[in-house]
Amino acid sequence: MKRLLPTLLAAALLAGCGQPEQRHEAAPAPPASSGRRYPVEIHIPPKLTSIDTGKVDALGRPIRAECVSCHTARRPERLPASTAELRAFHQGMSFQHGELACGSCHVVGAQDTLRKADGTLLPMRDAMQLCAQCHGPQFRDYTHGSHGGMQGHWDLSRGPRLRNHCVDCHDPHTPQFQPSNPVLPPADRLLPPAGPSRPGFTVPRLSQEPHR
Amino acid sequence: MSDQPDPKRRVSLQILGATLGASAFAYAMEPLRAWSKDLTMEQFLQKHYKEMSKDELAKVLQRVERDTKESYGATVTVKDPKPLPGVEFGYALNLSVCIGCRKCAEACHVENNHDRRTNNSYIRVLEMDQGTFDLERGTAQYAHAVPAPGKYYLPVQCHQCDNAPCVKVCPVQATWKESDGIVVVDYDWCIGCRYCEAACPYHARRFNWTKPEIPAEQITTEQGYLSNRIRPQGVVEKCTFCLHRTREGRQPACLEACPTGARVFGNLLDPASEIRWVLENKRVYVLKEELGTRPRFFYFFDE
Repeated sequence: MKRLLPTLLAAALLAGCGQPEQRHEAAPAPPASSGRRYPVEIHIPPKLTSIDTGKVDALGRPIRAECVSCHTARRPERLPASTAELRAFHQGMSFQHGELACGSCHVVGAQDTLRKADGTLLPMRDAMQLCAQCHGPQFRDYTHGSHGGMQGHWDLSRGPRLRNHCVDCHDPHTPQFQPSNPVLPPADRLLPPAGPSRPGFTVPRLSQEPHR
Repeated sequence: MSDQPDPKRRVSLQILGATLGASAFAYAMEPLRAWSKDLTMEQFLQKHYKEMSKDELAKVLQRVERDTKESYGATVTVKDPKPLPGVEFGYALNLSVCIGCRKCAEACHVENNHDRRTNNSYIRVLEMDQGTFDLERGTAQYAHAVPAPGKYYLPVQCHQCDNAPCVKVCPVQATWKESDGIVVVDYDWCIGCRYCEAACPYHARRFNWTKPEIPAEQITTEQGYLSNRIRPQGVVEKCTFCLHRTREGRQPACLEACPTGARVFGNLLDPASEIRWVLENKRVYVLKEELGTRPRFFYFFDE
């Protein structure tokens, strides 16, 4: 199954994202290798199939509940139009994703699947195909390795690569990155220490200080 | 009176000569008086990186491992991976998605065994006003939630220039460009004059004012002689695109740490690489192009 997604992605790319090829013919060949290519896999985030209960076990690990553990017992008659209508499940969820409604992606009675615009049902783990329907440029960039973080090897003849899923970085219900505090403040010996952000705290600007 | 020289005069001349000779010898040996505990005879006699034979280099790598064990109490492996044939590295950064979180700078700090006290890193992330491009008006000292409205973020690190000003100014040839495009420093050859630091238009080189302080358990043990081994006090250091990782086919530490996927790394000579796709299909520019440094680090935008 892990090989399936990249294959699907490649197929989708060939079908819909054909880019005019511009190649430098004079470029030397890549390093000679055995010809073996390690796989590029896409990480499957646990939040596609389970939800954080907010509780931790005896070892301090978060307890996650599989979606189906609740959704097999309770099946809503219809999907709500907005998060405000949520009564039993997922209360307080924030939703900022254009004009979409729950039913744009979710399916009544099949909470472990997603529905594309053409009606095709997708397993949750293939959510990237759903995202790609609207976010074509991002998907194109992703397919060419210029969108989305990754771990592993740049040289696939030497080792594999693990790529992030859309949902690893973007909350599908609030996909825009939320502001967060930066790490590792510079501790230059010539600059005052950068403390935590607080009211009235002004950041010294390099241009107002003598050249060093 | 006599043809024979005065024996007393002769002796005094001998004494004078001996004294002068001894003073000259002492003066010639003067540098030895500055001998410090940090410098062993082995290090003093060590050849330039490019002149070392395989055996000599192996001994030096062992010596660095031994010294790290003695000074820091950490057991490390120091290797010297060579440039890969048919590979020239390139790096691109997407300014449309960078949020200025400095995770790249932090990963660099850890991976490259930087001094913990100064939060040193080879990456300086500048917060810039949208619509401006004056680096002098950018600040690396921001301490508020990012991305801030009206700002964009410009991470700057070594651009591994093909026409590198830092290499030209080195008076002792302690820094040079390797065949895969990486500008490296022989940290045992550098005399710490800091000419290169002054010459770099990207402010990408750092100077070790003090001996780096790192707790043993925080030291990255997989090290490269030309890259992330702990640098001695008094030498200049720089980003090497994590050559101890990238020459083994792995991604640089800053790329793996980036939560937005803003960074794209790869082989410029491979037409099928991601970096080539970016260069051929995105709006790409280099910093301070007018200086003619020909960087291998590119910035690009989404539509």
